[in-house]
Amino acid sequence: MSETAASPTRCALIVGATSGIARAVAQRLAERGWSLVLAGRDAEALEREAADLRVRHGVGVQTRRFDALDLDSHAGLIDGLDLAAAVLCHGIMLSNDAAVADIHEHRRMIDVNYTSYASVLEVLAACFAERGDGVIAAISSVAGDRGRPSNYCYGATKAAVSAYLSGLRGRLRPKGVAVLTIKPGPTDTPMTHGLTAKGPTATPQTVAKQIVRDIERRRSVCYTPRKWWPIMTIIRAIPEWLFKRTSL
Amino acid sequence: MTRPADPPRADRQRLAGWGLQPRVDCDVYRPGSADELAALLRDAHGRHTLISRGLGRSYGDPATNADRAVVLHTGMDRFLAFDDAIGVVTAEAGVSFADLIDALLPRGWFPAVTPGTKFVTLGGAVAADVHGKNHHRDGSFNTCLIAFDLMTPTGDTLTCSREENADVFWATLGGMGLTGFILTVTLKMLRVTSSRIDVSSTRVGSLDAMLEHFAATDEDHRYSVAWIDCLARGAKLGRGVVMQGAHAEGNGTTDLRPDKRRAKSVPIHFPGCALNPLTVKAFNTAYYAKHGSGRHTEGFDPYFYPLDAVHHWNRVYGKRGFVQYQPVFPEQDGAAGVRAVINKLVDARRSSFLAVLKRMGGQAVGPLGFPMAGLTLAVDMPRGAGLEPFLHELDAVVLDHGGRVYLAKDAAMSAETFRAMYPRLDAFRAVQRRLDPDGVMSSTQARRLGIVGDA
Repeated sequence: MSETAASPTRCALIVGATSGIARAVAQRLAERGWSLVLAGRDAEALEREAADLRVRHGVGVQTRRFDALDLDSHAGLIDGLDLAAAVLCHGIMLSNDAAVADIHEHRRMIDVNYTSYASVLEVLAACFAERGDGVIAAISSVAGDRGRPSNYCYGATKAAVSAYLSGLRGRLRPKGVAVLTIKPGPTDTPMTHGLTAKGPTATPQTVAKQIVRDIERRRSVCYTPRKWWPIMTIIRAIPEWLFKRTSL
Repeated sequence: MTRPADPPRADRQRLAGWGLQPRVDCDVYRPGSADELAALLRDAHGRHTLISRGLGRSYGDPATNADRAVVLHTGMDRFLAFDDAIGVVTAEAGVSFADLIDALLPRGWFPAVTPGTKFVTLGGAVAADVHGKNHHRDGSFNTCLIAFDLMTPTGDTLTCSREENADVFWATLGGMGLTGFILTVTLKMLRVTSSRIDVSSTRVGSLDAMLEHFAATDEDHRYSVAWIDCLARGAKLGRGVVMQGAHAEGNGTTDLRPDKRRAKSVPIHFPGCALNPLTVKAFNTAYYAKHGSGRHTEGFDPYFYPLDAVHHWNRVYGKRGFVQYQPVFPEQDGAAGVRAVINKLVDARRSSFLAVLKRMGGQAVGPLGFPMAGLTLAVDMPRGAGLEPFLHELDAVVLDHGGRVYLAKDAAMSAETFRAMYPRLDAFRAVQRRLDPDGVMSSTQARRLGIVGDA
């Protein structure tokens, strides 16, 4: 709470603000006194989220339109904003079969999950580097750590995001800008509802709490829930000749 | 950022009510907006029947739909507007009493009517027209309800209030979700200056003494409820502790902060034998001995929501589950009805360690409304061999005394009993069928009670 008291007007941009994890991150940030700018495609849905955050937490919330696929619009996304952090949360997950069956749908997923990230990350990088401060966070996935037969199309888009963020982090470090790669395990959100194989899923609230903590502490990588760090460390160490024989 | 055009996806889950049984397989949808709900309604049409579910606190089977579909409203839980000058809040139906209190108590507003757990959604509160410890004075949840928006089974959205679509308004209050999907709820909160409750406890030695105490003092207290020792009989039958309360006067700022306390949880299902006549008797005797008469001040949580302090408290009954049985008796026959039920419980050695008695203030308006001016009793019973026939015997006793059983707790009533207890069923059905000509709405309970279908 000391951070809240110290800087009561920190403002964060949340892109893809109606997604399951984004909603929980917004709640957590607002609870901790951040003011928010919510960006997304559905203006009505954004306004509902904004109203909810204002009533629950009494913080300032603005909304603005964002279309991941309209690359030309991205340059203006943060015009006039004074941001201490930005979190990219938008994304889609096609089933692997659907992606393999239709390259146009597959490409749409690549563009939403990766191309638009590359575009928006550079807009944010330029602005934050000039100011010499701030945190850029983006949601990748544990699915990007290793390609699995059941989900490699989605995983590949997230692997690209992880690699991009890793390079960007090194580039922006001397400028005083932190870059956080967020790698959630299976989380109970509308994106995964009815899709993920039976197994334990984390709640968006648990995931959001850890994400916000790592944003505020300017960390580099956030595996969430935390158990995914040791699990993925082991899985990443498995040699390919053995990995191809497993059914992880 | 899933596209609105994405087909709604269901997740196959095994669901039960808070009583843990019966557990049934349901296709669970979790829409995030009214548009998504409308899409799944179109998709389900003719294939599936549907029922809404909030936080699953109804005890029996009203929020399950065996081998059919359930719409979880927990993804539609946004506050939409709040007017701090008059305490009027509009929120999506998935917002819970816990959310209301977290957001609005620090600003000096408390739910004007609250059930005995704060983990109930506003949609559930409308569907069961829940009541609380102030029913004798203030009535059920509908008395603080201004309006709600209902998506009907045909996909239209109706704003319902006492003035607008009044017949739908009253059919939905207590209608157990069968008139459609409650989207948003507008209600008026109660102004308070402290988060604490002034409580006065009075130990009374018999049912007659308790009723006298209610009659003499209830009107002076906003809240009034009694714990009773369900094992005492004869002259001591109905002995217990009356707990009456009022919101404490505070400074309207720091006094509004809730007491911090960490909820505990029951991590596993207790073995079935943990609650037996001996442990129940020990609990009741100790509770009666411990609680004397007196006055104290406590936080709103222990006063209104004592069991919420223990997450999954239902697991103390083990996997076999339990039922909560809650009848209401009309004033003139109330004492006799309560006596008859307690005697049967003691005879059958099914006495409960949680038994609650309170006076209700007035007759329900809605055709499936539960309350009547009189006495309501709530007792927990573990499930086990012979419980259902026993519940049917209790139903007969309740019916004999002109009473009825609360649908939010009912888990075993027969269709015949239900029709006898709720004589305005036909009025409900007329509204329900007009709203749902194709029979989209259904629940495990609605089929058992013959509310929907060809019964």
